[in-house]
Amino acid sequence: MIPLLLIPVKLAAWLMLAPLLPGIINKVKAWVAGRRGPPLLQVYYDLARLWQKEVVLSNLASPGLIVGAAVAWVALVCAAVLLPLGPSDSAVGFSGDALLFIYLLALSRFFAAGAALEAGTAFGGMGAAREVSYAVLSEVAIIAALLTFALQSGSVSLNQMLAPSAGPGAVLLAGGLFTVLLAENCRVPFDDPNTHLELTMIHEAMILDHSGPPMAAALHGAAVKLLLFSVLLAQAILPLGELAWGRGLALLAGMVVVITVGVGLVESLLARLAFRRVPLLLTTAFLLCLFALLTAWKGTAS
Amino acid sequence: MSSTLNLLIGAALGCNLLALASSRLPSMIRAAAIQGTLLGLAPLLMDHEVGWLVALVAAGTILVKGIVIPYLLLRALRAANIDREERPLLGFIPSLLLGAAATIGAVAAADALPLLPEHAASLIVPGAFATLVSGFLLLIGRAKAISQVCGYLLLENGIYLFGMLLITATPLIVEAGILLDLTVAVFVIGIIVDRIQRAFDTLDTTKMTSLRE
Repeated sequence: MIPLLLIPVKLAAWLMLAPLLPGIINKVKAWVAGRRGPPLLQVYYDLARLWQKEVVLSNLASPGLIVGAAVAWVALVCAAVLLPLGPSDSAVGFSGDALLFIYLLALSRFFAAGAALEAGTAFGGMGAAREVSYAVLSEVAIIAALLTFALQSGSVSLNQMLAPSAGPGAVLLAGGLFTVLLAENCRVPFDDPNTHLELTMIHEAMILDHSGPPMAAALHGAAVKLLLFSVLLAQAILPLGELAWGRGLALLAGMVVVITVGVGLVESLLARLAFRRVPLLLTTAFLLCLFALLTAWKGTAS
Repeated sequence: MSSTLNLLIGAALGCNLLALASSRLPSMIRAAAIQGTLLGLAPLLMDHEVGWLVALVAAGTILVKGIVIPYLLLRALRAANIDREERPLLGFIPSLLLGAAATIGAVAAADALPLLPEHAASLIVPGAFATLVSGFLLLIGRAKAISQVCGYLLLENGIYLFGMLLITATPLIVEAGILLDLTVAVFVIGIIVDRIQRAFDTLDTTKMTSLRE
């Protein structure tokens, strides 16, 4: 009975806590720049405001835009629910859910790109093309990282895979997964979330034609994705699954905040990379995960 | 003891990939220098006792590979007034991937080699193979003379790592001779770089394929 009761609690936690992270990042950026910055809960206000607005669709767009935005959001939330939260296993986990996790992320990306193409503008297409071409490299890195966990724990269920720490390859995995986190969430140095120059945007270019509730779904989805990758990274490094409930959850929350502050610092201190330099950085991230896999393989063999 | 050594060699392997991925010549020189220093420390971490010979080899290697050679190369670079590799013959991502594939291949292949039991668990042999291949990749894939020197240095580091297996058996005079040769070679290359720069206004060795008179 208790696991069943936990599902809605966890779902609510994912949905309610996710918009905090962009708020923290903005606060860190403002603090580094010496400004006061928007309030911590700004994203919640934005979401509430967008939800009440009506949808303005281009004449060319079909209802596919709304469907695409909705499916992308739902797929992301489903992937998030599959992740265990520190010592508490995900209630819907089963053997092989790691594969479903990867495919749900891909499904979400597919529909987000589809919704971006829907309105027929050049910028939407350009953003979608960039998003998908970066994803080719970052997805391989995620798969290599998940393979490392699978090899170490001898299981393909996220609950068992993420419970112990990544062992000797943890440093490599931390570097690789953090880079992937920045790329997947369209953060500096891959994309600048503040820019409004359409030629250089990725995520923002994709959601240019979204308005009202679909825009809210895209915004909230981006926040959930950020939380999802932070939780994944935190559990990859620390053996959170082996701790007691209270300590494990507190450590998880602390680690997520540390990662978010790290993203904010990277964003304040680095400049966006030139587009032709991005594949090199993503390949490096993939190689870091691959060498973690190699370390795990040597570790289990000897 | 052995795990510290493996960590050191792992870091040296990271320097390989750093050198393969860097588009700026100073960072490539720095990667080769860091690798030389790391490998210079390695004899001190081997399982046998540290005698004065081993300590001398380590000190000499760190001095020459970590300080003297990078200084000479950076000086040649300043004189030639360039710091960027514009068009490598082999792109950065392909060379990075090839280097990573070589590293993984070397680790996998080392299991099949008939090594002594005390060397089987260490990364010395695979590390030597991977460093050799990375050095070759730099030699083949880069157009600028200075990057080719870095490839040559990586190649030498690989051979040095192989020599680590025999460190107690090799006379000091051999190690000293190798280090002296290396320094002279880099010294000569520094002069050649200057000459190429004056004759062709560039360090691109692809321009040196046709003979005149």
